[in-house]
Amino acid sequence: MDSAGEVVVNDGKITHEGFTVAARAFSDKWKRHNLSLPPWSWVPLINRTLLKKEEGYLSLEKIIILTSLEESAEEESLDVTAGWSEKEEADDDHTVLVVQNVEDEAHYYDYHIVYSASYMVPMLYFRGYSSDGKPLSLDVIKRDLPSSSVSLLLESKWTFITQEEHPYLNRPWFKLHPCGTEEWIKLLSESSSLNDCRMPIELYLVSWFSVVGQVVGLKIPHEMLI
Amino acid sequence: MAANEEEAVKYVWEGAIPLQIHLHKSEVASHPAPPPALVLAPRIGYLPLLVPLIKPYFKDSLPPGEDSIWFDYKGFPLKWYIPTGVLFDLICAEPERPWNLTIHFRGYPSNVLIPCEGEDSVKWNFVNSLKEAAYIINGNCKNVMNMSQSDQEDLWTSVMNGDLESYTRLLPKLKMGNIEDEFSRKANLSSPQSRQGGTETDVAGQVKTARIPVRLYVRSVNKDFENLEDVPEIDTWDEISYLNRPVEFLREEGKCFTLRDAIESLLPEYSGDRAQTSGEEEADGSQETRGEVKLVRIQGIEVRLEIPFSWVVNNLMNPEF
Repeated sequence: MDSAGEVVVNDGKITHEGFTVAARAFSDKWKRHNLSLPPWSWVPLINRTLLKKEEGYLSLEKIIILTSLEESAEEESLDVTAGWSEKEEADDDHTVLVVQNVEDEAHYYDYHIVYSASYMVPMLYFRGYSSDGKPLSLDVIKRDLPSSSVSLLLESKWTFITQEEHPYLNRPWFKLHPCGTEEWIKLLSESSSLNDCRMPIELYLVSWFSVVGQVVGLKIPHEMLI
Repeated sequence: MAANEEEAVKYVWEGAIPLQIHLHKSEVASHPAPPPALVLAPRIGYLPLLVPLIKPYFKDSLPPGEDSIWFDYKGFPLKWYIPTGVLFDLICAEPERPWNLTIHFRGYPSNVLIPCEGEDSVKWNFVNSLKEAAYIINGNCKNVMNMSQSDQEDLWTSVMNGDLESYTRLLPKLKMGNIEDEFSRKANLSSPQSRQGGTETDVAGQVKTARIPVRLYVRSVNKDFENLEDVPEIDTWDEISYLNRPVEFLREEGKCFTLRDAIESLLPEYSGDRAQTSGEEEADGSQETRGEVKLVRIQGIEVRLEIPFSWVVNNLMNPEF
């Protein structure tokens, strides 16, 4: 039962091998369906060959969020000459990342999805910085988040954001607290599958991110969940 | 039997490192410069907790402003949430006594170190580590969450003060699972010696496998060296690999799961013959050369790899498991 094609264990957790498989599936789907955002890249831990298998984490970097327009519910597309263009249209809610080539107002974000061997679930690490590279404080970052998720943060018991050291990069990052992850993954898997309460491993990260990403304002198009 | 165990644990808790703390010269605002402070730091403690002892030596020399305290060793900033003993074992290949550290009251390197607000930060870190260990051992953090606030406080205070008696008294309230096997010398009345077929009566309800929280710090050195004195000094934390992952403790009948087995499960590419380990459950300092584990230190002791891992765990682990 420990082959790469294994289904997720019932209790919502995932093994390290499972994470690697799920990560690949996640980034593939993202590339295919989420053309407006740059793709995730897999960063292998090459100089530390742990456990003979390839280990690593997913990285999505240099996402630009314009501060002042974040609250707006409009859907706009702007041309960006240098760098990336990020435009995301949401059908129902209005979570929009709008980019303008106004450097001094732009905030840059890096996101890493890292596996926690202790809790056996993925965790989201992120950080924000301004164009001169100075890190952003949590208060500033909160202002960049969609207003819906700020209240989600404050009300919910499981989405804590803490400042911790990145497990591999020796720098302070922000982490989304994992406590309770396996519970809502369980809920998701129970409602999604037809036969039993298991979720194919390829969808694990997609499901996970569909919840977690919203907290930081990254949405997944519906097609990815199929 | 029991007396031996208690002795080992007591030894661990009493372990301390003599520190000689120098005020960073850029912060010396008095003339003459203050002499270094000499402090005996408990191994299982943390550097920020020593500040109340150190500050009086230097407070008259400080430039005006607010304190943001951090330590470095020869320019290498020290991560405050790592127990002092582990830092020492890891960074000083050849133990330096007293250990010369520099304290800063200004200019916190917040691009490298996560912020520290004194005792509260250290306590928060301790409780979090405890929860993580509980999750690994028991499958959930309920035992920590269910502990009353005052019990948690008392537990933390006992660690902060190095009070093993109080800690031992409070431990049952924590209800952490236990690690047993027939090679461990610990006599335990509640769970029978493991023999094939029997289910273990530990809290997690696992049958033959237990998960032990381990934090391993690995320092790889490229050159070969004969003496520890020849090991080059560390410049950045990037030279150190940090593994925070549980060891799956396989209880096989008749076979003893040794420390070597544990290390090899974490670092499968280093299956050398020579290794010495001294143990702490939650933190090891380990140094390696090329493909060979040269030395494993836990609690400052270089422990032999043949020792049953469960003994190492039960006797040398840190208070936060």
